Amino acid sequence: MADPERPDTPLHGGVFYARSEIMNADGVRRALWRMSHEILEQNRGLSNLVLVGLETGGVHLARKLAENLLEIEKQDVPVGTLNVAFYRDDIGIRQVIPGNPTELSFDLSSQIVVLVDDVLFTGRTIRAAMDAIVDFGRPAAVQLAVMIDRGHRELPIRPDYVGKNVPTRRDEVVDVTESGVLLGVMGGVDP
Amino acid sequence: MTAKHIRGIDDLGKSGIEDILSLSDHFHEVNARRIPKVPALRGKTIALLFYEDSTRTRLSFETASKRLSADTLNFSIASSSVKKGESLRDTIETVSAMGVDAIVVRHGSSGVPWLLPRWTDVAIINAGDGAHEHPTQALLDCYTIRNQIGSLVGKKISIVGDVRHSRVARSNVKAFLALGASVTLVAPKTLMPVEVESWEVETTDQFDSIIGESDVLYMLRMQLERQQNSFVPSLREYANEYGLTESRAKEMKSESLIMHPGPMNRGVEISGNVPELSQSVITDQVANGVIIRMSALYHLLGSGSENNLESYVDE
Repeated sequence: MADPERPDTPLHGGVFYARSEIMNADGVRRALWRMSHEILEQNRGLSNLVLVGLETGGVHLARKLAENLLEIEKQDVPVGTLNVAFYRDDIGIRQVIPGNPTELSFDLSSQIVVLVDDVLFTGRTIRAAMDAIVDFGRPAAVQLAVMIDRGHRELPIRPDYVGKNVPTRRDEVVDVTESGVLLGVMGGVDP
Repeated sequence: MTAKHIRGIDDLGKSGIEDILSLSDHFHEVNARRIPKVPALRGKTIALLFYEDSTRTRLSFETASKRLSADTLNFSIASSSVKKGESLRDTIETVSAMGVDAIVVRHGSSGVPWLLPRWTDVAIINAGDGAHEHPTQALLDCYTIRNQIGSLVGKKISIVGDVRHSRVARSNVKAFLALGASVTLVAPKTLMPVEVESWEVETTDQFDSIIGESDVLYMLRMQLERQQNSFVPSLREYANEYGLTESRAKEMKSESLIMHPGPMNRGVEISGNVPELSQSVITDQVANGVIIRMSALYHLLGSGSENNLESYVDE
């Protein structure tokens, strides 16, 4: 049984009830612009840089970052998507619905891989993603970009680029879309 | 809902079949990687119990297990205690006591996979029982068709040949119907199953009459080892009436598919260069065998159904 001080992360299912808006559409757009510049600054350009969006929440953010980088630097950045379902440490514990298949058609050897996800929470998804990444080659470096860092880490993982740090309760749920970021709870009925 | 066993297509139903087909899109991608392996079933052990000969089914289950990082226990009749007279029950209890998570079983007697849960709690996958069912073959056939021509709804699939002795045909009829296709069985009356009237299928003994209207011609292997009861007057006559020859293949719609579960008797149910025609997807069927068996194993062992938790979408 889980330690009551560290209860299992909430099981998602049922209906999302928004409680508050953390960012609006403009806030998300501005955060992505800032993160794009930070990625450029940190890596001194875009050579050997690839973006990998995590299914499903990180994919649209990775595409948006690539659009921004093209506009700023006039250079295309390869974008892949990664589904970590088969690398998770909770296979056989929870029912994992895999979503869309991975699309990573390029070799990651000697590349700077920027993993992109919507929310950084326990860090377990990122742990799984790093295991998956090395099956596609040996990257020069792996960096992490997330729109929301909500805390509650269970592994020694930290992000390199963050849209916004948001203190949350463990049972809350963060919903990230292009039109904004909402904080709420999941429930069968409105609690 | 995930199934506890895959003994026959009825264990899965339409939603189980569709779940396995969509999982297969993921494993298709995994198989195309430089390192075609994921840690999904690390720590699980899968026993392969083959009481009948097999090349592709056994190899594909073994490959599938390894690509999911599961361990395999291989059991071959020739070198086992079955030769000393050990009963099926004792063998199953012995294997089960070694701590396996799933048993893949092929047996010459129909119904064996349904007996095993009396003696063990582990997941059972049927790799062929007598002339009864071969569900993973049907799943890979559905996947192959879906990849080539899309949804099966409304498609006309003709299964041609020795339907009577074919476990492939029994599983395929159920799976094709569940996915919305219509099925025609084509065989001489002696090779039609006795229970065919209870199936929701068309039947005919005139092969030439259905070639032009079929979206899929599914050629069955003539089971030469079961022909001692004279089901057909001669193999040559059977080949003339029911063999897919190059001239018959010319009567097919250009986008229709030619399928065969293997191993082929060239010159009997299929002849000349028909397996090499552009409409033939016989090699795709073999390639999809590993993929679909990864899906079947993951469906049973990777779902978390034993903990009975609500379905969960990752953040």
